Amino acid sequence: MSFYRSHILVSVDPECLQRGAHAVLDALSDELVNQGLISEVQVLETSRIGDPAKHGPDIIVYPEGAHYINLSPEDIPLLVEEHFLKGRVVEKFLLQEKNIVDEELGPPKPKEVRVILRNCGKIDPHNIEEYIAEDGYQALAIALTEMVPWDVIDEVLNSGLRGRGGAGFPAARKWQLCRNVDDSPKYLTCNADEGDPGAFMNRRVLESDPHSVIEGMIIGAYAIGASYGYIYCRAEYPIAVRNLNIAIQQAREFGFLGENIFGTGFSFDLEVRMGAGAFVCGEETALIASIEGKRGEPRPRPPFPAVSGVWGKPTNNNNVETYAVVPQIILNGASWYAGMGTETSKGTKTFAVAGDVVHTGLIEVPLGITLRELIFDVGGGIKDGKEFKAVQIGGPMGGCLTAEHLDYKIDYESLIAAGAMMGSGGIIIMDEDTCMVDIARYFMDFTQDESCGKCTPCRIGTRRILEILERICEGKGEPDDIEKLEHLCREVQKNSLCGLGQGAPNPVISTLKLFRHEYEAHIFDKRCPAKVCRSLIDFEINAEVCTGCTVCARNCPVEAIEGERRQVHTIDADTCIRCGICAQVCNFNAVEVKS
Amino acid sequence: MTTTLQENEPLQIPAQREIIDQIINEQKKRPGAVMVILNELQNKIGFISEPMQAYVAKQLRTSIGSIHGVVTFYSFFTTQPRGKHTIKFCMGTACYVGGIPQLIDKAKQVTGVGLGETTPDRLLTLEACRCVGACSQAPVVTIDDEVIGRVRPNKFPQLVNKLRVNNAH
Repeated sequence: MSFYRSHILVSVDPECLQRGAHAVLDALSDELVNQGLISEVQVLETSRIGDPAKHGPDIIVYPEGAHYINLSPEDIPLLVEEHFLKGRVVEKFLLQEKNIVDEELGPPKPKEVRVILRNCGKIDPHNIEEYIAEDGYQALAIALTEMVPWDVIDEVLNSGLRGRGGAGFPAARKWQLCRNVDDSPKYLTCNADEGDPGAFMNRRVLESDPHSVIEGMIIGAYAIGASYGYIYCRAEYPIAVRNLNIAIQQAREFGFLGENIFGTGFSFDLEVRMGAGAFVCGEETALIASIEGKRGEPRPRPPFPAVSGVWGKPTNNNNVETYAVVPQIILNGASWYAGMGTETSKGTKTFAVAGDVVHTGLIEVPLGITLRELIFDVGGGIKDGKEFKAVQIGGPMGGCLTAEHLDYKIDYESLIAAGAMMGSGGIIIMDEDTCMVDIARYFMDFTQDESCGKCTPCRIGTRRILEILERICEGKGEPDDIEKLEHLCREVQKNSLCGLGQGAPNPVISTLKLFRHEYEAHIFDKRCPAKVCRSLIDFEINAEVCTGCTVCARNCPVEAIEGERRQVHTIDADTCIRCGICAQVCNFNAVEVKS
Repeated sequence: MTTTLQENEPLQIPAQREIIDQIINEQKKRPGAVMVILNELQNKIGFISEPMQAYVAKQLRTSIGSIHGVVTFYSFFTTQPRGKHTIKFCMGTACYVGGIPQLIDKAKQVTGVGLGETTPDRLLTLEACRCVGACSQAPVVTIDDEVIGRVRPNKFPQLVNKLRVNNAH
């Protein structure tokens, strides 16, 4: 085999051929021979690289990755001389494109450790070979050929991996339970029904690195003795579903799924099942009902799915992130994984950071990082130099933490002790302009709407809590509303059937504890301190700042703003619906909010 | 539940009837076929009318009630035809804080219909949807399958105009 210092890929897409790719190819070969470079530079034909209609004929030169476009045979002598003799990239032929910025992920931020996200954005999810090149499916080979199922369970147990779906139950303990049940066939399900608003870690892994989840599932299936698996993915993620299906097909072609994997006699296959927009299906018994084609309603446990799950058979259910990290644990060893994190919460966790912070997007950090490090080091601090007010963690079942919790460690136990929870890892950072009553109302609106209606405390309780919160936000709060809320929240928490109802009051309980004064301001002073609640605020235009540019008047949905061009505008408070569009579009910050 | 056939009933249109039969025949042997079939019907036909539900029940030898129960449980399944394009407003936390409520107000002004409604010309349906997971681009709307981020109220009319112009051609 010869070694070349450079490779030229020439697109021989039909459209490029029509535009003269063959002539370019010939000219390249001739010129390389002429310059005596033919033993150093390899020319290869490839399928389309760019947009043939716009850029053909085009070539890519590696290792630089320079994409030269719209070439003709006459361009080649200059190109070869400059690029291959003088070693200079020829700007003239280079595709000038804006750098594509990965807004979700980007380069690792300070204090980040990427284990689950390591391949995201680096490999082509449609090409299994790129995953294999990153040690993909090596862990599967080790597990299947060098380990017995109990070894795999022990390894995962020793790593300290806890379920990343939110509850934090040790993953391998679940596997043990399922392994020990004397029944067959056994099933494996992957919970990809990432429904928490503001959480998109699993979507990114499924879209960018689907094979890591598939490999983790095959290893899990081997450990518990499962023969078939389902990935239950929410309908809001069509790209994840598509990429998973492509990946599953490729894994079958390579013999990683199907009969007699690696000639070991172990057989396993899996398929993707799509949800249809029901948040409660993230609860494991509801998820199983949905896979079976029924209404996604939860049922009381026990029996646990490990005993009676899909089609009444033993079923192990973990979430995307839990499966995705398993191959890394097998590959690098339990002690490597257990070396990260805290005493009780090992390893790394991905978080989706949103809200009023400089760097929003996905991050992956070792557990045990403090909230302060997460917001100010990884997140880059609060946007626009504003004051940090609170962070909502754990989604609609989670709670809030404030400045006094900044030095708390983020791990399963500390978060619960502080009145929040890990959840699936959505973190929303809020600055001083956020109304906490409105946030509680928002989450209750969500859970109330998503309550499946099976049990009364959740169905009616969440509705009543929402009504009280709406009333408070509208300035019609009554003096004993806070007590009523506290009572209702306790009852719903205690008596609901599944995690949705039991967790639904958490945002209210948490904000009542930390921001009681805001509730009181709404109820007794009819005032919204953060100037958010529409019924309690007025918009006014500052006459000294207004330039009369008419932007606000043109954008007002109810035509409540009057004023001549270049004259100060005024808002008619009776017509105004307090939507705030005028304040958003004003280029001079002339619209002020009064409460 | 009435089963009188209305105008535009997909079962009455041969081309659509063929798609429906094909979906049911391909999937009905799978365990848990109901969800798979309904998902495909929703995707390819655009809605699941009551006669379609009755038809699925008959083909799967199950009760109409059990099919209707599943259709009404999941928010992705609709029993009414939608407009040609569906604009969905992401109600995720980041979008909510980032200005989706204002955008919905603007949309009502521009289209003349509210959430869950379809314009009289059957071009646009407005809907609220759960977090689409594009939080770093809040506020987000989706038009059919396309995700559009950072939509400011004053930019919204352009989005609608583009759909109207494309439709006119």
